[in-house]
Amino acid sequence: MRRTRQAFDEQLAELEQRLLKMGEFVETMLEKAGRALVTHDVKLAEEAIAADDAADDMDLEIEQHCMRLLALQQPMSRDLRTIGTVMKVIADVERIGDYSVDIAKTAIELAQTEYYKPLEDIPQMVEIVRWMLRQALEALVAHDLALVATVIERDDEVDRLWYRIREQVEKVMQARPEVVPQAVALLLVARYLERVADHTVNIAERVAYMETGRLEVLAPSHRTEGGDGGAADSEVGAEGA
Amino acid sequence: MAEAMKGIIERPEGEIKLETRGLNMHYDSFRALSDVGVSIAARRITALIGPSGCGKSSFLRCFNRMNDLIPSARVEGEVMVDGRDVYGREVDIPELRKRVGMVFQSPNPFPMSIYDNVAYGPRLHGAQERSALDEIVEESLRGAALWDEVKDTLRKSALDLSGGQQQRLSIARVLAVGPEVLLMDEPCSALDPTATFKIEELMLELKESYTIVIVTHNMYQASRVSQYTGFFLLGELIEYGPTVQIFENPKDQRTDDYVRGRFG
Repeated sequence: MRRTRQAFDEQLAELEQRLLKMGEFVETMLEKAGRALVTHDVKLAEEAIAADDAADDMDLEIEQHCMRLLALQQPMSRDLRTIGTVMKVIADVERIGDYSVDIAKTAIELAQTEYYKPLEDIPQMVEIVRWMLRQALEALVAHDLALVATVIERDDEVDRLWYRIREQVEKVMQARPEVVPQAVALLLVARYLERVADHTVNIAERVAYMETGRLEVLAPSHRTEGGDGGAADSEVGAEGA
Repeated sequence: MAEAMKGIIERPEGEIKLETRGLNMHYDSFRALSDVGVSIAARRITALIGPSGCGKSSFLRCFNRMNDLIPSARVEGEVMVDGRDVYGREVDIPELRKRVGMVFQSPNPFPMSIYDNVAYGPRLHGAQERSALDEIVEESLRGAALWDEVKDTLRKSALDLSGGQQQRLSIARVLAVGPEVLLMDEPCSALDPTATFKIEELMLELKESYTIVIVTHNMYQASRVSQYTGFFLLGELIEYGPTVQIFENPKDQRTDDYVRGRFG
C-alpha cells in the first residue's frame, strides 16, 4: 500500500534532485570559468558562457515546480519550509551562474595577456567556493546542520583571500602601471568569487531555516552593514544584513 | 508528563475567556478527553484540529454543556467561562447557552420565516415588543452578513435560502440572544467554497466582538481564520499555540505529521 501523500513526497524529492542538478551544473560553469582564466582557454570560457541559458531555464523550471506544489498541494510545516527554501536558493544558484559568466568573460578578455605573476589565490578561491556551493546543497538534501556550519565557517577563508588579493593588487598597481588593466580585471574576478561565497552562505542559512524553522543571519561577518563581505543580496536590498 | 508538555501548550497573551483544567471526559468507559488544560483568548478565533474521534467536538461541547444531552457522557475537571466553572451547581444552563452559543455542522433553520427564526431565541428569553424584536432581527442579520440579501424577504421561509445563507441564518439566530462566545462545530463542511469563504470572512468580523472556537477538519480553514490552534489526538491536547507556529513550525512530531498530511 502507498504511504499517505506518497505522490507529494515523490514530487518534493524530485524538486530536491532538480536543485542538486542545477547546483552541479552551475558548479561546472564556475570550474570551467576559473580554469579558463588560469589556462587562457577561450574555448572553455565560451562553454561556461553558453551554459548560462540552460542554468536560467533550470531556475525557471524549478520555480514553476515550486509554484505548482504550492498551488496544488497546500504544503504545511516542513514541506512549506522546504519549498520556500528551494525558491530562495535557486535565485542564489542562478546568481552564481551569472558570476561564472562574468569570470569567463574576463578570461576571454585576458586570453592574450601574460599575467604579471602566476595565479594562485584566485584558483584557490574557486576551489573553496565550489566546495561551499556543493556542500550547502548537500546539507539541504541531507538535512545536515553541521555541514551548514562548516560552509559558513569557510566564508572567512574566502574573505581573507579577497583582502589579500586586494592588497597585492594595490601594491602592484602602484609599482607597475603597465599591469593596471589586468590587475583591475583580476581584482574584479576576486570580488565575484567573494560574492559567490556570500551566496553559498545564503543557501546555508536557508537550509538552517528549513531544518529549524528559525529565520536568521548565521554568518557573523554578514551582520554588520557597510563592510565588505555583506550578505550577498545586499546589492539589491532583498535581505538586510 | 506535565514537564514534557511545557512549551507545547502555550497560554495566549491578553484576556482569557475560556479555560479548562484537568478536563477528563468519558462516554461510558471510553475515555474521550484526557487531562486537557487550556486557556482560550477572548475575542480571538481558536481552531481545534485533529483526526476524527480525537475529542475536539466533545471538548467544544463542554463549554456550553451540550454534552449533558448525551446520557453516557461524564465530565470531570474544571471548565470555566470568565473564570467560573460551568459545571458548578448554581449554573443556569439556558443562561449559559445564551452566553455560549453554538453553530452546528449542517445549517438547521426552523421551518418558519427568516424573521421568526432569528426572533425565536429572543422571544424564548422574553422579548415581545415588536419594535425591539425588529431591531434585534436586523442587527443579528447584519452581524451575520445576511441582512442585505434577505431584508426584503424576511417573511419568506428560511428553508428557501441557500445552504450558505442558511448557515449565516444559524449564526444570526445565535447572535440574536446576545452571546459572548461562539462555538462552531464544522460550520462549513456542508458548504461550497464561496459560501465557506463568506463564513470565514464573517468570522473574522465577529471576532472583534466575540470569542470564537471552531472545530474543523479543514486545516487550511484553521490556518486562514484562526489566531490560535490546538491539535487533538486520541483525546489529548498534543500542542496548542499561535496558528502560524502550528502550521509553519510545530514543536511536536505528531502535530508536524498531521498538518503535513503524513498521518496514518
